[in-house]
Amino acid sequence: MKSVVSETRGMFTKSRGINGFNNRLFTVLVWGISGCIVLFIISLLFLILQKGLPYLTWDFIIGLPSEMEEGGGIGPALFNSFYMLLISLVVAIPLGMAAGIYLAEFAPNNKLISFVRICVEGLASVPSIIFGLFGIALFVEMFQIGLTIIGGAISLAFLNLPVMTRVTEESIRAVPGELKQASFALGGTHLQTIRKALIPAALGGLVTGICLIAGRAFGESAVIILTAGVTTSGEMWDFNLFSPGETLAVHLWYVQSEAIVPDAVSISDKAAAVLLFVILLFNVLFRIPLWIKDRKNR
Amino acid sequence: MQLETSAQPSILGAKDSDLGVSIKAGSGKTFDRKNRLLFYNRFFRIACIASAVFVCLILFGILFFMFRTGILTFRDVSPLTFFFSTEWSPEEESYGAFVFIFGTFALTFLTLLISVPLSVVIAVFLSEVAPAWLRNALRPILDLLVGIPSVVYGFLGLTILIPLLRDVTGTNMGDGILAAAIVLTIMVLPTISRVSDDAISAVPRKYRDASYALGGTRFQTIFKVTIPAARSGILYGVILGMARAIGETMAVVMVIGNTPQLADALFKPTSVLTSNIVMQIANVPFDSTWNYALYMMGFLLLVISLLMIVLVRLLQRKGAKS
Repeated sequence: MKSVVSETRGMFTKSRGINGFNNRLFTVLVWGISGCIVLFIISLLFLILQKGLPYLTWDFIIGLPSEMEEGGGIGPALFNSFYMLLISLVVAIPLGMAAGIYLAEFAPNNKLISFVRICVEGLASVPSIIFGLFGIALFVEMFQIGLTIIGGAISLAFLNLPVMTRVTEESIRAVPGELKQASFALGGTHLQTIRKALIPAALGGLVTGICLIAGRAFGESAVIILTAGVTTSGEMWDFNLFSPGETLAVHLWYVQSEAIVPDAVSISDKAAAVLLFVILLFNVLFRIPLWIKDRKNR
Repeated sequence: MQLETSAQPSILGAKDSDLGVSIKAGSGKTFDRKNRLLFYNRFFRIACIASAVFVCLILFGILFFMFRTGILTFRDVSPLTFFFSTEWSPEEESYGAFVFIFGTFALTFLTLLISVPLSVVIAVFLSEVAPAWLRNALRPILDLLVGIPSVVYGFLGLTILIPLLRDVTGTNMGDGILAAAIVLTIMVLPTISRVSDDAISAVPRKYRDASYALGGTRFQTIFKVTIPAARSGILYGVILGMARAIGETMAVVMVIGNTPQLADALFKPTSVLTSNIVMQIANVPFDSTWNYALYMMGFLLLVISLLMIVLVRLLQRKGAKS
């Protein structure tokens, strides 16, 4: 009897020992792997900033690019990036928000609407290069306007439309029902309720969504290469909608793989740093106020 | 009492007349405002419906254009050749896309092979192991990483990863399917791990408590209880990452080498559907079999990504039932 007890106890001790060891090993592994990967990715991004930002000069940022000699800038490409971003947001935000509000507020709950939802979700997952091919078929072939800023911007807007729709629908749905009922009880129409109660309450989600699509539009390159080309009009502050519209992201790729300028490496280092810096700036500028507001409410 | 009742009609009368005057004087305005609000309301509703229809129209427009242009390929090339021949030299009229189709699947598979275990580990770390302050700092950082443009990752791969691979392995060409898979892994990692993290965090606390009460260690609890319970959410994240890996263009173009040969080795310049389209589309006239073949490849990509959405939907429905 005694021996059986001690044997079983021995068995349990052993199994506990293995489990405890596994548990500790597992904890160490999880800490180690996660730490390494996150540090690795962050240090890569830091490296880009560090290689580019200190060498930035004003001449480079607003200077004209050169095809052959050293010292070309990124002015027109950077300008095109912001210009196309603006046009695509002007198209995508109202349309996407309206579609999202419809799905969240007006749409009946039937088969057709769930089909529409699948369409939106499907469109959101379509690879960006398909939007580029669609842009070629639409703007270059059908309307015969060639590779232009307006074609690129509208293709970009198409790319971002489903994302905006989904974000709007989700954030409006997340608003507590009491707010809406209170507004109706005060005699507000549906439009007034949406405008004065739902949208302000959902603003956090909407701003995050807009920030997301703005970053995507600013960094997108495949769509732009296909629909707006890899050249600029060669002058700064060119507001013509029908001139070719290479953006900064495209310029980064073009300089790195196709161009023949001797200082391609330094140009692309700096261009990558500017690109990354602007994207991070978008996120920081838009998200920090929300974050602070969130903290206060808590 | 008596007095009041006798006084009341006169007061009421006075009020009625005042009311009447005010209604008469302001009636136009009040009713205008009501009509206007109703009109705006209805107009807004119609505008919203039109936008929703428009979003759907884009999808069908894309499907239509891609299909209409892509199907013309088969006027000159038999489907059998297109899908199964490895010979892609459009200058000599041979359009076999098997190399690219195979490349896309091989690249996606390799990417998932690397990224899924790592992402699940990070998700477990975020939701179960990390202290609260680290968790609150890391989640926004991962969200931020999702928004980094793909061309930046491609640039990183080209300037840092490929020289590194060349040094480590001693091959003279660093570019190929392995370099592309590593770059894609860095890209999809934040997506998969954040979605899985949300799924694991959503597992009810009582499951874990029950496992601990039975004497399970944290390791046992996570692997035998939490991860199986969050399975469908993790799968959702994996499919999202997969969709991104299949459709990614610029990051892949910069590191894969862009040569139409079969990807049967890790370090061999090859090409996938997306990279081939973007490299060649600018140089071909619209009305040529070459261009049609590129559109057909785009249509294939489109079908694959839409199929994945259907898969996600089925998964969600299954998750909702159980």
